[in-house]
Amino acid sequence: MSTVTFKVFRGDRSGGELKDYTVEVQEGMVVLDAIHQIQAEQAPDLACRWNCKAGKCGSCGAEVNGKPTLMCMTRLDTIDTSKPVTVRPMKTFPVIRDLATDVKWNYEANKKIKPFTPAPNTDWIMYQEDVDRVQEFRKCIECFLCQNVCHVLREHDEKTGFIGPRLLVRTASLEMHPLDVENRLDMLKNEGGIGYCNITKCCTEVCPEHIHITDNAIIPLKERVVDEYYDPVLGFFRRLFGSKKRAEPSGQAADD
Amino acid sequence: MESYTVHDYDVLVIGAGGAGLRAAIAAIEKGARVGVVTKSLLGKAHTVMAEGGMAAAMGNVRPEDNWKVHFRDTLKGGGMLNNWKMVENYTKEAPDRVRELEQWGAVFDRTPDGKINQRNFGGHSYPRLAHVGDRTGLELIRTLQDHAVKMGIHAHMETTIYRLLTDAGRVVGALGFNRQTGEFLVFRAKAVVLATGGLGRIYQITSNSWECTGDGFSLASMVGADLIDMEFIQFHPTGMVWPPSVMGILVTEGVRGEGGVLKNSEGKRFMFDNVPERYKGEFAETEEEAERWLQGDRSARRPPELLTRDVVARAIRKEVNEGRGSPHGGAYLDIASRRPADYIKKKLPSMYHQFMKLGNLDITKEPMEVGPTCHYVMGGVRVDPDTQATNVPGLYAAGEVAGGLHGANRLGGNSLSDLVVFGRRAGMAAAEYAAQQTGSLQVDEAQVRAYIAEALQPFNNPQGENPFALMKELRATMQKNAGIMREEGELKAQLEILANLKKRAWNTSVSGSRAYNPGWHTALDMRLMVEISEAVVLAALARKESRGGHARLDYPDPDPTFAKLNHIIRRNSDGTLSVVAEPLPEMPEEMRKVAEAKDLKELSEKVGA
Repeated sequence: MSTVTFKVFRGDRSGGELKDYTVEVQEGMVVLDAIHQIQAEQAPDLACRWNCKAGKCGSCGAEVNGKPTLMCMTRLDTIDTSKPVTVRPMKTFPVIRDLATDVKWNYEANKKIKPFTPAPNTDWIMYQEDVDRVQEFRKCIECFLCQNVCHVLREHDEKTGFIGPRLLVRTASLEMHPLDVENRLDMLKNEGGIGYCNITKCCTEVCPEHIHITDNAIIPLKERVVDEYYDPVLGFFRRLFGSKKRAEPSGQAADD
Repeated sequence: MESYTVHDYDVLVIGAGGAGLRAAIAAIEKGARVGVVTKSLLGKAHTVMAEGGMAAAMGNVRPEDNWKVHFRDTLKGGGMLNNWKMVENYTKEAPDRVRELEQWGAVFDRTPDGKINQRNFGGHSYPRLAHVGDRTGLELIRTLQDHAVKMGIHAHMETTIYRLLTDAGRVVGALGFNRQTGEFLVFRAKAVVLATGGLGRIYQITSNSWECTGDGFSLASMVGADLIDMEFIQFHPTGMVWPPSVMGILVTEGVRGEGGVLKNSEGKRFMFDNVPERYKGEFAETEEEAERWLQGDRSARRPPELLTRDVVARAIRKEVNEGRGSPHGGAYLDIASRRPADYIKKKLPSMYHQFMKLGNLDITKEPMEVGPTCHYVMGGVRVDPDTQATNVPGLYAAGEVAGGLHGANRLGGNSLSDLVVFGRRAGMAAAEYAAQQTGSLQVDEAQVRAYIAEALQPFNNPQGENPFALMKELRATMQKNAGIMREEGELKAQLEILANLKKRAWNTSVSGSRAYNPGWHTALDMRLMVEISEAVVLAALARKESRGGHARLDYPDPDPTFAKLNHIIRRNSDGTLSVVAEPLPEMPEEMRKVAEAKDLKELSEKVGA
């Protein structure tokens, strides 16, 4: 059994510092185990958020050696523990205490997105190949690591005119739902601020669910916004036939 | 003097997992002003960890399936101790509740003809679980969260309830605190719905998140609500056993539903030797027949790996005890040799990810090592089967915290649909009750002040114990003395340990500020955890037989006397608990025919199912 030094941020909104803790490491341990050990034995008031400890709830996001990650899925044998390991809270959100940040902005910004609106009188027949894309987006566990690394939010703190990658993914999950008939392009262009995204793919890189945030969600949404507002030919046809493209079921039509 | 803020609601829902959110939606639809309290952030409750699916006899894959078959399966799996009326309500309504989720935006996996797909699970006669890969709980909670937000839900996130408040024997609200700030909150409410989930954290090896500290059972019991059948704890057969830090994390039953098999260290599929008498003739008897079933031959019977969880968990434990376990004390669960790698990654993506990341193991190439982990409690707060009302006016319970639906053992997949069927019923009934209450609610300020003082006591007790160490002791002793196999001596020893822990839980010490202080939270959780642990042990002592999730080494077989009894755990006026045996509610003849049909053929011929 070896020991590893952790430098953990202790503090609140008004500031704080890294404090050193020594942890005895067992085989297979993850960063969250180390934080829990520190809590149980050395610092019972060390705040951190967690729930499932299995990468399913997205509660324990933090920055380990500067890398945004879920603490529960970061094994100590995948990082260099010969030097002290630093653990800091997500930078983009205000610290409540220690590693717990105030993420309620995400819940507020979410309200800008119009809810799921199914086509009236639908038979609810959907084929797997038509829902694969939406299911990818619905894997999101709302860990907000993508929001944390997005430079629009992180460096520029643009939280009023931009909803960030997580909520763009949520918008995509609704816009690309085969039976949804709502139109969210105006929101995306205006208060959603999709134009701020310049496709650096930082969000995609940190996604623990491996959602192709940029390629599969944001870029197609950007294209829809461009088509809607900046393409004169398509705009003409849309005014004639309605603005929302519907996916045709590619399988056999159901006979009921 | 300590200040607090007051919130007024018609209905206060405690818990924002599947049952709590569904109750909130139902109560809002009835016009009630609804507040929801959750210990976590919205969308993070334990429901999010559910994997395999939600059971509902929709008949999308096998048209022969219907509520009567689901009714029989559920009672049979529950050792016939289930409240039959709850099972009837549940099996009849579950399909509508699944379809409703789809209409609110859930995107389930599809059948080739574009309907909601359904998968096989233990104890279910037909493929019955609507699912989304192995992340069905996430889909359920996100859908309910989005719909509740659409309806204008008022959520108090990261807020813990410390005590329910009563006036003249009726629940009139709750006292809690904001975990982020440590500030106290008084909720005045005409009706309260408990949707607080389970108690897995009283055991050392569990699939449950930190939230599952049994709050609701203790809160209800402290205001005089009866609990029922608390001895029945489900140990899920397949939790991770290696490495130590992930011990207990769930491996979905979906692995077996998709064809995974269990083997011992000798490479033998031991489940063929573990089919209980009551299931004889319903399962494949040879590997060849089980293989044909996997290939879709409808004349073949199901493989014995799909027996109910109590049976499989005990079989694994037997293999380990008799020296045929895997290197880290489990059994092998093999899907790699049964299905192509692409299929496994598509149907079980988070299992693939979980083992790859946490265990350095590729489940498409190698078998997993698995063993039993505390997963669920079948018992709970006793409720009316139609309204989910408890025996205390104004108090309702739904989801895992409520007892009765699952009897002695819950079938996999019956939990997620339980949440939405009975969450809805509880929300509707609570809103109707609230609408009948006139006049202002009386909250006893002296009672509130006293509770606040006792909650803050660990800050003013410098010589007290470390609450984390205390919790570790509770979990280790419950695991050892009241775990998957029980006997009288150990249970009695545990009662003494609990009496001691109970005193010590009121003598803890915490430091630092009240803002987001896990030490303080743990100190308060402990006070509720010792209470509910005692109820579990008392009920386990009283049931001198083995049935479902309750297995006694000193009474290894089911006993016909106990087959007719539920256990009611009731708080006496002096604060102690006692266990009262009560005959099961009488099942009408027509339902009895369904429940007791010998096999599916008889079920279909005699009662037209």
